[in-house]
Amino acid sequence: MSDSVIFFLIQVLNGVQYGLLLFLVASGLTLVFGIMGIINLAHGSFYMVGAYLAYAFAEATGNLFLAILIAVPLSILLGLALEYLFRPLYRRDHLYQVLLTYGLILVLEESRSLIFGDDVHGVKIPDFLDFSLPLTANLSYPVYRLAISAVCLALAGAMALLIARTRLGMAIRAGASNREMVQSLGIDVGLVFRLVFAAGVALAAFAGMIAAPVASVFPGMGNQILIISFVIVVIGGIGSIKGAFLGALLIGLADTFGQILAPQFAGTSVYVLMAAVLLWRPAGLFGRGS
Amino acid sequence: MDRNRRRIVQGLAATAAAGFVPARFAIGQQAKVKLGMMLPYSGTYALLGKNIDDAFRLAINEAGGKIGGREIDYVTLDDEAEPSKGANNANTLINRDKVDFLIGTVHSGVQMAMLKVARDNETFMLIPNAGLKEATGALCTPYIFRTSFSNWQPGFAMGTVAATRSAKRAVSITWDYAAGAESIGGFKEAFTKGGGTVEKELLLPFPQVEFQSLLTQIAALKPDICYAFFAGGGAAKFVKDYAAAGLRTSIPLYGPGFLTDGVLQAQGEAAQGLETTLHYADGLDNAKDKAFRPAFKKASGRDADVYAVQGYDTAQLLISGMAAVKGDIKARKEMIAAMEKTEIDSPRGKFRLSRAHNPIQDMYLRKVAGLENRYVSVAIKALDDPAIGCKMA
Amino acid sequence: MSRTLWLRILLLAGLAALLVFPLLADKFYLQLFAKIMLMAVFAMSLDLLVGYGGLVSLGHTAFFGIGAYAVLILSPQAAAASLWLTLPVAVGAAALAALVIGLLVLRSSGVYFIMVTLAFTQMFYYLAIGMKSLGGSDGAYVYVKPDASLLGWTPFDLERPAQFYYVALALMAGTYFLLRMVLDSLFGQVLRGVKSNEQRLHALGFATFRYKLAAFILAGALAGLAGYFDAVQFGFVNPDLFGWRLAGEVLMMVILGGMGTLYGPILGAFALVLLENALIGETRHWLLPMGLFIIVAVLALPRGIGGLIERNRA
Repeated sequence: MSDSVIFFLIQVLNGVQYGLLLFLVASGLTLVFGIMGIINLAHGSFYMVGAYLAYAFAEATGNLFLAILIAVPLSILLGLALEYLFRPLYRRDHLYQVLLTYGLILVLEESRSLIFGDDVHGVKIPDFLDFSLPLTANLSYPVYRLAISAVCLALAGAMALLIARTRLGMAIRAGASNREMVQSLGIDVGLVFRLVFAAGVALAAFAGMIAAPVASVFPGMGNQILIISFVIVVIGGIGSIKGAFLGALLIGLADTFGQILAPQFAGTSVYVLMAAVLLWRPAGLFGRGS
Repeated sequence: MDRNRRRIVQGLAATAAAGFVPARFAIGQQAKVKLGMMLPYSGTYALLGKNIDDAFRLAINEAGGKIGGREIDYVTLDDEAEPSKGANNANTLINRDKVDFLIGTVHSGVQMAMLKVARDNETFMLIPNAGLKEATGALCTPYIFRTSFSNWQPGFAMGTVAATRSAKRAVSITWDYAAGAESIGGFKEAFTKGGGTVEKELLLPFPQVEFQSLLTQIAALKPDICYAFFAGGGAAKFVKDYAAAGLRTSIPLYGPGFLTDGVLQAQGEAAQGLETTLHYADGLDNAKDKAFRPAFKKASGRDADVYAVQGYDTAQLLISGMAAVKGDIKARKEMIAAMEKTEIDSPRGKFRLSRAHNPIQDMYLRKVAGLENRYVSVAIKALDDPAIGCKMA
Repeated sequence: MSRTLWLRILLLAGLAALLVFPLLADKFYLQLFAKIMLMAVFAMSLDLLVGYGGLVSLGHTAFFGIGAYAVLILSPQAAAASLWLTLPVAVGAAALAALVIGLLVLRSSGVYFIMVTLAFTQMFYYLAIGMKSLGGSDGAYVYVKPDASLLGWTPFDLERPAQFYYVALALMAGTYFLLRMVLDSLFGQVLRGVKSNEQRLHALGFATFRYKLAAFILAGALAGLAGYFDAVQFGFVNPDLFGWRLAGEVLMMVILGGMGTLYGPILGAFALVLLENALIGETRHWLLPMGLFIIVAVLALPRGIGGLIERNRA
C-alpha cells in the first residue's frame, strides 16, 4: 500500500474512534429524550463530572479501574438524585427543562470550580495499556484509544441486545414518551424513568471517565461535547440508539475530514452535514417523525 | 469581609434605586485610589486570573499597601473570559464604579472589547497578560500599557532557535484564533529569515481538543520540526497526544512557553525535555526572582508562574507611575512619562517598555525537567515587538 | 382578550419613568438601561415564537448576531455609515436568514426544534470564527457609530448616551406596540392556535406552516434590529453573539418575566440584567447563585413575574 492510502485509512480510524466516544455521550441523551421526553442541556456537564470523579479517585487510589468502579455507582446516584429535581417538569413544556438544565450547567460548573479548582489535570493511563502501536515509520497509535473504542463497541452491543430482548427495550422501541403505552406493557413508568435517567447520566459520566486519560480534565470540558451530541441525536433521530450510533460515526468522520479538507471552516462541517441530513429526512435518519 | 459586605449593600442599593438616585458612592473625594481588576476568576482561565490578582496585591503590599501615598480600593469583576460580555463589564467598572485604573485581562478577545471601552472613556489601562498585537500596535494609546508580552515575541524567539538547529521544513499547528496566528507569524518570520520554510499551517477551531486527525497529517507531511501554540487544557492534551502518537522522536516539537506553563502536572512524562521560549523560566539567576517566588507561595499558597510575574510587574509599573506624581492622578502626562522611563525590576529580569508600551525583554529558551520549565539560555536579548501600525512608536 | 385597565396604567407609568430617567441618572445607568431595553426587544421577539407560537428556539441568537455583524460589514473603516442605509440591510439580512433557516427548522417541532435551532446558531458561530476578515474569534471594532443624518437633517446622534437611550426606548416601545398589533390580528390568533392545537387549525384549512414561517421571519428581523443596535452601542462584535450562553440568557428573560405576555420579557430583561449586575462584582463564584436562582425560578415561578401580576389581579 502506498503511504497516502495508509494515512487515509488512519484518518478513517481516527474518525471512527472519535465517533465511538461521542456515541456514549449521545446515546444517553437520545435515551432520555426518547423515553422521558426530557431535554437535558446539562448532559455535557455529566461528562465533565465523570472525568473529574475519575481524576479524583485515580489520584486517591492510584488505579483508574478502581476509580471507575467507585465513580460509576456515584454517577448513578447523582442521576437518581437529579431525577427528583426533574419530576415537576415531566408534564411541563420543554422550555422549562431547557432552563432548569441551563441553570444546572452553571451550578455544576461552579461547584467543580469550588471543589477541584481550575487547574488542568492529567489522569494516568493504566500501565498495561500505556503504549503505542507503530503504524508507519513515524506514526504510532496509542493502544489506550483502541481500548476505548473496544469498550464503546461493547457497550453499544449491550445496548442493542437490551433493546432487542427486554421489556424495557420494547418500551424504548415503541418510542413511548407516552405513559399509557408504557403502562400497557405492564411496566412501572416511574421506575423506567428513574432507570433511564440514571443510565443516561452514567453513560455520559462513564464516557468522561474513560476519556479522562486522553483528554485531561479541565474547566468547561463538557460544553463542547454537549452540542456535538445534540447534532448526533438530531441526525440519528430522537430516541434511536441505532441512529445515535450511525450519527456519531458520521460526525466523527465529518469532523476528521473537515479538518483536512477545509481547515478554515472545520468547525462548520458537522453542522453542514446536519443541515444536509435534515433536508433529506427532517426527523433524522431513524426518526419516527415529529 | 467588611468591604465585601459594604459592596453588596452598595450594589443592591444601586440596583434597587436603579439610578433614580445618582450613584454618589463612587464620587466622594476620599484619598483612595480605585483599581478595577477585570480578570477571569471563573472558567478556563480562572487560575491565570487568580495568580495575576494575588501577585498584583503582593507587590502592592510589599510597597506598604499604598501607591503614590494613597490607599487602595480594589473593585474586582469576573470577566469569565467571555468576550461577549467584555464591553459591558469594562463599562461597568469605568462608569459605574468609576475606577481610576483598569487592570486586565487574560483573554485577548475580552481585551479587544476592553481596549475599545478604555479608549472611548480615555481610561488608564494596564494589561497583565493578553498578547494581542493591536494593544501595542494599531490601537496603541498613551494611557494603555502592557507588562506581559506580545504573541509575536515568544514565537519569533522560537523561530530563531529552530533555524539554528539546521531544521529546514516546519509545520505549525494552533487554534484558529488571532493569538495563534500572531504567534505562528512571529515564528514564521524568524524561521524563514534563518533559511527555513513553514510548509503547512494546521488549524482547528478554538477551543476544540480532538487532535488525532491533525497529528496524522503531521506524520504524513514528515517535516523536520513542528511548532505548536496552545494554552491551558488544550496544551496539556496536545503534548500528551503528540507523544502518544510517537511523533516526539521523529519530529521535534517546539512552541512558546504557554505550551508547558501551568500544565506540567497534567502532561507528565509526555512533556519531559520539551523546549519552549518565553520571557520567564524556572531557575533564573536573579535576586528579585529568588525573593519573589517564596513570597508569592506564602501569599497565595500556589507556586509562582509567568502569570504571577506579570501581575506583579503590572503593580510595580503602577507603583512607579503613581510615585512619580505623588498620587496625583490628574497629572496623567507626567505619570505616563515616568512609566515610559521606568526600568522594572522584574522576577523575569530587568526590562523597560517600548515606545508602544510593550516590554522590551529577554526571551529565554527553557527545557522541561520534572515539574519545571528550566532556564537553558537567553534565546534573544532585549527583544522588542515590531508594533506594526502604532503611531506612537 | 382585553387587557385590564390597571395593567395599561402600570405599563404607562413604567414608560413615563423611563422617559424621565435620563434627567436623573448618570452615564453608566443610561448605558445599562439602553442595553437592557435592547435586550428587551430581543426577548420580546423571542416571546413571539416561544410564548405565542410554542416554538422554543435556542438559536435566536443567530439573527441577533447577523444584525450585529451587519454593522461591522457595512461600516467603512474610519468613517460613519448611514443609519438609514445600513439598518434596513441589517434587518433584511436577519429576516432573509430567518426565512432560509425557518424553511429548514420549522419542519420539526418539540425537542427536535430546540436542538436544531441551537445547532444552526452554532454553525454561524463557527462561520464567524472562520472569517478572519471579520476579526475571527477575537471579534472586531466598529470605530465610528452610524450617522443618523438624513438629507442634511440630523434627528439624533447615537454617539451621545442620552440620545442613544431614547432611541433604545423608542425601539422597545415600538416593538411592543408592533407585536401587540400583530398578535391582536387574525395572524396572532392563528399563531396562538398553532401553539394550542395545530392539528385542528390544519383541519380548518389554515396553512399553519406559513404562519409559523411568517412569525419566525418577523422575530428574526426584530432580533436583527436589537443586534444591530447592540453592536452600535459599544462598537464591538464577536462570535459569542451567536453563542448558546446568550441564547439561554434571553430565553431566561422571557420565562422569568412571563412568556406569552409581551410585557413579561421586558420585566425579565430588567430583572436578569440588574441581578447579574449586582452579583458579578460580589463573588468570584457568582455563577453559582445565578444558576441556583434560575433553577428556583423555573420550579417556583413557572409563569414568571408576569404570572404573579396576573394572579394577583384575579
